[in-house]
Formats: sequence, C-alpha cells, structure tokens
Amino acid sequence: MTKPLPGGRAGAQHTSMFFRMLVRAAILRRGRAASALLAMIVAATVTTALLNLFVDVQSKLRREFRNYGANVVVIAKDGKTLPPDALAKVEATVGRDPRAKQSVAVPFAYVVARTSNDQPVVVAGTDLSAVRKLNNWWSVTAWPKQPEEALLGVRASAIVNPQGKSFDLTFHGRTIHLTPAGTVGTGADEDSRIYVSLSDFEAWTGVRASTIEVDVSGPPADVNATIARLAQVLPDADVRPVRQIVEAEARVLGKTRATLLAACILVIATAALCVLATLTGWVLDRRRDFAIMKALGASQRFISGFFAAEAAFLGAFGALLGFGFGIGIAAWIGRTNFHAPVMPRFELFPIVLLGCILIALVSAIAPISALRRVQPAMILKGE
Amino acid sequence: MFVRLVYESFRRQKRSKLLAGAAIALGVTVATAMIAVATDVGDKINRELRSYGANLVVTPQDDTLDVQIAGINLKPPSDGAYLDEADLPKIKGMFWRNNIVGFAPVLPVTVTVNKGTAKNVTLVGTYFAKRLRFGNENFVTGVRTTYPLWKVQGSWPDDDSRDVLIGEQLAAALRAKPGAKINIEGENLQVTGILSTGSTEDNEIVAPLSLAQQMLGKPGVVRKVYVSALTKPEDAFARRDPKTLSPDMYDRWYCSPYAQSIAFQLQEAIPHSHAEQIRQVAQTEGTILTRIKGLMLLVTLAALFASALAVSAAMATTVFERRREVGLMKALGAGGLAVASFFFAEAALLALLGGAAGFAGGSFLAYHAGRWIFDSPINIQPVLLPLILIIAVIVTFAGSATAILRAVKFDPVYALRGEG
Repeated sequence: MTKPLPGGRAGAQHTSMFFRMLVRAAILRRGRAASALLAMIVAATVTTALLNLFVDVQSKLRREFRNYGANVVVIAKDGKTLPPDALAKVEATVGRDPRAKQSVAVPFAYVVARTSNDQPVVVAGTDLSAVRKLNNWWSVTAWPKQPEEALLGVRASAIVNPQGKSFDLTFHGRTIHLTPAGTVGTGADEDSRIYVSLSDFEAWTGVRASTIEVDVSGPPADVNATIARLAQVLPDADVRPVRQIVEAEARVLGKTRATLLAACILVIATAALCVLATLTGWVLDRRRDFAIMKALGASQRFISGFFAAEAAFLGAFGALLGFGFGIGIAAWIGRTNFHAPVMPRFELFPIVLLGCILIALVSAIAPISALRRVQPAMILKGE
Repeated sequence: MFVRLVYESFRRQKRSKLLAGAAIALGVTVATAMIAVATDVGDKINRELRSYGANLVVTPQDDTLDVQIAGINLKPPSDGAYLDEADLPKIKGMFWRNNIVGFAPVLPVTVTVNKGTAKNVTLVGTYFAKRLRFGNENFVTGVRTTYPLWKVQGSWPDDDSRDVLIGEQLAAALRAKPGAKINIEGENLQVTGILSTGSTEDNEIVAPLSLAQQMLGKPGVVRKVYVSALTKPEDAFARRDPKTLSPDMYDRWYCSPYAQSIAFQLQEAIPHSHAEQIRQVAQTEGTILTRIKGLMLLVTLAALFASALAVSAAMATTVFERRREVGLMKALGAGGLAVASFFFAEAALLALLGGAAGFAGGSFLAYHAGRWIFDSPINIQPVLLPLILIIAVIVTFAGSATAILRAVKFDPVYALRGEG
C-alpha cells in the first residue's frame, strides 16, 4: 500500500475477516450448506441439460427428418432433359454451404422401354449409390454392383421377370441385356420401375437425366436460399421445394420445440423454486449468526454484503458443478435417444451462471431484509 | 388428542401450512402436467406427422404395371384393374377404424383439354370432403383430410358438383384462373380453384370422383385408395408374416396398430385388393415418433425429479422451523414415535390436499398447453388421480423424513432454549 488511506488498515482487516467468515461458515455448517449447495447443483444440472437439449434438438430432429428424402427437385422444363453439367452445378451450389455436408444430389433419367413380350415398363437411370444414401426407406434385397445389373421394382419384377433370369429391354430399336440384382419395394411409383445405373442408361438410350432430386439439410431459410441459388445457376430448369416434405417438417418440428419449451419452462421454474425454498431456509436458520454479528456492531450493509457474497459464491459454485453434470446428462440423452451426442453448448454457461447467482441472491436477500427489522436481542433470546 | 393436535396445527399455523401446501401443489402440478403431456404427445405428434400425407395405399390385387413418369400416365386409360367404390366405406368397419384419419380414392383419366390447342392431361378423380356412411356412423373423408398441406387458391369444389381444381403449373400453362371455364373433353367445366401441392398434382386436374368415372365411362370404380392411418412404429414383431404366427401371436399382431397389420385389415375389408405401406412416409414417421417420444419421456423424468426435490426441500424447511414445538412435546412426555407420527400425519394431510390441488392445476395446464401447441386439448385420465396422490404422499414423506427424524432426536432442552 503506497498511499495509506485513513482507515485503510482497518479496511484490509475488514476484508480478511469477511473472507475468513465466509470460509469458516461454509466449513463449520457443512450439513446445511451442503444441502443448499446440493439444491443449487441439481437445479443448475437440470437447467443446463434441458437448455442444451432445447438448443440442440432442432438439428438432431432435422437430421431425422432428412430420412424423408429429397426436399428440393430440379426438373427440366417441358419434358426436355437437363444440360450435361447440371449435376455438377447442383453439387457445386449445394456443396458451397459449409453446413450442408450431408446434402445429396441424385440425377434421374426416365424412358418407357418394352420387354421382349412387348410390355411397356418405365426404366430409370440413376446414381445407385447416391439413391441409397438419399432414400433409405427403399427396401432393397440386393443393390446392383456390376454394370448391366438392374434393380427391379417388386411389381415390375413380378410382371417383367418372374423367373429372376436376365432379360432384354428395347428402346427405340436398341436393346440392352440386363441381369437382375435385387428388388426394391417402396409402396409407391418405384415399385413399377426398373432402375439401372446412369452410365448404362445413357449408353443404351442416349437420354440424359431430366430430374435431379436434392436433399438440402439445414433450416428453412437455408433451404430457400439454396433453391434461389439453384434457380440462378440453372435457368433452363424448374427448381421447386417438395412442399409436402418441407412444410410438414416445419410443422412437426415447431410443435415438438413448443412442447419441449413448455416442459423446460416448467422444470426450470420448479428447480428455481426448490433452490429458493432451500436457501431461504438456510439463511433463516442462521438468524443467530446474524444477530451476533449485529450485536457485535456489524453494519447492516456488512451483514447484507456477507450473506449476499455467501449466496453468490454458492450460486457460482453450484452453477459450475451443475453445468458439468448437465452437459453430461444432455450428452447421455443424445446418445440413448438420437444415437449421436448432443454437443456441449458452452455459450449457455453465462446464462446458467447468472441465473444461479441471481436466484441465490434473491433467496438470501428476502429473509435478510425481513430480519433487518427484528431486534438482535429477540433473536438471541430465541424468540 | 392426536386428531385435535393435527387439526389445531392446521388451524393456527395457516401461513406455514399454506406455504408447504403450495410447494406440494406446485410440484404435483408440474408432475401431472408432464405425465399428461408425455402420455399424449405420441398421439399428438402422430397426428401432426399425418400432414406428410397418406401412409398406406390400396391397389387392385391383379394390378398391371403403372407406366407413369412424373405424374403423366403413358398407358391407355382402359388398361388395368379397378376397385369398387361401394367397398370404400367398409374401411370404417375395420378393427382399427378409429386409427384411420381419412382416406381418399383416386381415379386417373387421360383427358383432352382444349384451350386454343388440344392438350392431353391427367384428370384425377377423388373425394374432397365427401360425406359417407357406414352402419350408423357418418363421417367425412377425402384429400382435405389425407393431405392437409394441399393449398387451394380459390375454393374447393363440391364432391357432387362438376367443378374442378387445376394444378398450379398446368394452370400457368393454360392461363386458367379461379372462376374460369375450361373445356375438358368437349365439356365446359367450372374451375373453382388453383391447387398447389408441390408434387405431381401441380400438373394435373383434380375433379370429383363421379366426374372422372363418367369421363372414363366406368361408373363406380376407383384405381387406388390412399389411406392415412395412425400407426405404431414398426419393430421386429411387426415385420413377421401373419401366416406363420401362432394363434395367440396372430391376435397380438392383428390387434397392434402396425402399418403392416392395418394394411392386412384393409385387404380384408376391401375385396380383391392389395394394401401396402408407403414406405417413404410410414418408415420415416416411425423413426421420428420414437425419437420424440423418447425425448419427452426423458424430459418428464427430469421434471418429476425436479418437482420431487422441490417438495422435499419445502417440507424439510417447514419441519426444521418447528424444532421448538418438538422440544415442547417431548418435554411434556411425548415419545419419539408419537412426535414422528404426528408430523407424518400432518405431512400426509398436506400431501393429499396439495396433491389434489396440484392434480387439478396440472390438468388445467396440460389442457391449455395442448390447445396452445396442438390446437387440441390434452386430457388426463381421472384414474391417474390416486396414483398421483400416492406419489405426492411418498415424496412428501421422503422429503420430510430426514428433518423429522433429526427433530425427534434433538435434545428438547436445546430446542426450547433455541440453540439449534
């Protein structure tokens, strides 16, 4: 201390006394302090876990919703085919978004071919490995691996090729010899079609892809931005959202989040109440300390400050421990329910910390101001 | 004497009793509301997921191949088998009829539209919101139920009318507007609205079923029926073949609302039909439903835990404040058992009163939360009341047990002198 202030030494003593009291109080009254701390920790844990889940559940659920398949389609106008570089352009556009790592774009080309007994059948050429990623609801017995192998819709298989042997298809006088690899069942149009790889398809028919189905991940704003960008780079094509998929997703997701939010508010309010009750009891319990301090000449400000500091310390400590537990619980819920860990959101820490300290201060200050009006003698006499 | 003690304690210490009771009521409110939401959220989300559209399709058994690309039928319309429209109301006679949200038949017909130049387009006949009757039950079904996200600019046609909807892309190509007339197969029909679905219907004309049947020249037929049903997520048992199951297992399979068993019953209800799940919708909704239900269950556990803790914290505080009373009782010769049973009786009474109030509060909360989030109330079964009350009593006991036992062990001399 270079410039001793009047009463500076007394001030220093004051401070050290303040801290000593804080520490001793925590150690000597372990039982009650521990129960208050426990309530604080539990409240912080529950709050952290729920907030973390609430923030993260959107992306988790959105990933589940992507199982519905493509949410954007690019279709060539008026029954024409798309330019040869369309797929590359789509991939470049979609891939530019760093968040859209899982986005898949799959080209489809269609013709009506005839079987050897003149039965018309729709044949689709596509990127089979990409389809497998995009449409994981397809129930496929075996995916084609070799060239000139075909994936037959369950209906097409029964009618075109009941024996499971290799067969011929003709389109505009050109014939392709295909070996069936397996069947695909979806309950929709795919069941009546035959799927071959796009390279086989183009070599056979000379027809290019007319549709690209794109699975754009991300919130609706990102999807809309991607649609606008796609429309810009592909002026000759129609770029449309699959409304059924996009709107139903928004609806279900919105309701789920609202339910979760309501639940979070309830739980967090209950946890806060629990802390309030415990801490108030803890402070009331110590009215004798309060009375002795007052009797020994401590100022009202000092006492209030002491209890406030104690409460704030308790809140901060509880928040720190609770945050750790809460993140653990959120990660566990993510693992058991979504089979992917919920990422810890450290940006939530200041909120939890502030909330804990605030609730601790409120629950400490309320009984103190009530005790303020009481004569210390009354308390010491035990009345 | 015991009863009087408890009664007087409630009469004289209204404020502290009210506080403890309020804490219990609040805890039970949260618990009740969360239990109600958790038990009902699956059903609610299931209904929301129905906005993805039908999850089952019924086709004729001896069906031919669809030759259809992007909604345009490339096959002569006379080709193919049909189902009988008169069989459709039987869907409401099935075992799982209450799980059928709605169904809509479709009958595609290739028609010529004349607007300057002749153009071939697909006209799909269906129900919009058709009134049907099965037995004594009246119900309304159609695409407005099975596809709630279809949007119409203008108005929906009447099912008995000869008005049509035009898909938005086709409407743009034909420059048709709501209220305009359109020449289909030489007949001038009224366009009541422009339909937007984001799917193949955008390039089609959608008309009442009877109109499509008339254009096809086959009254009373439909090509397919799309069914929207509430189903249970598929598991290994659902995938088993009903023919290979033992009678007991078969009954269990038949009486579970799996997509498979509902499809099986649809096949039974409609003669010469084949029903199948639309895997894109059915499979995915199963996964999502499981995830959301799991999530809500875990959150409910957290809520129950938090409310149990809140109740026990409040109880511990109230008991702790009454050490002097305990001291006085003991000084007057009451045994530990008598004191403990007095406090426990008080706690039980508080728990019952608070629990009942909390049950009412929780039901109210759940009801309004349901209305707010899902536009349909969440109701809690009254049979849950005893269960909730028992839980409230147990939690209150558990919460006050430590404090009561400590108070009982406490030396009355210290307690009375106020040295706690």
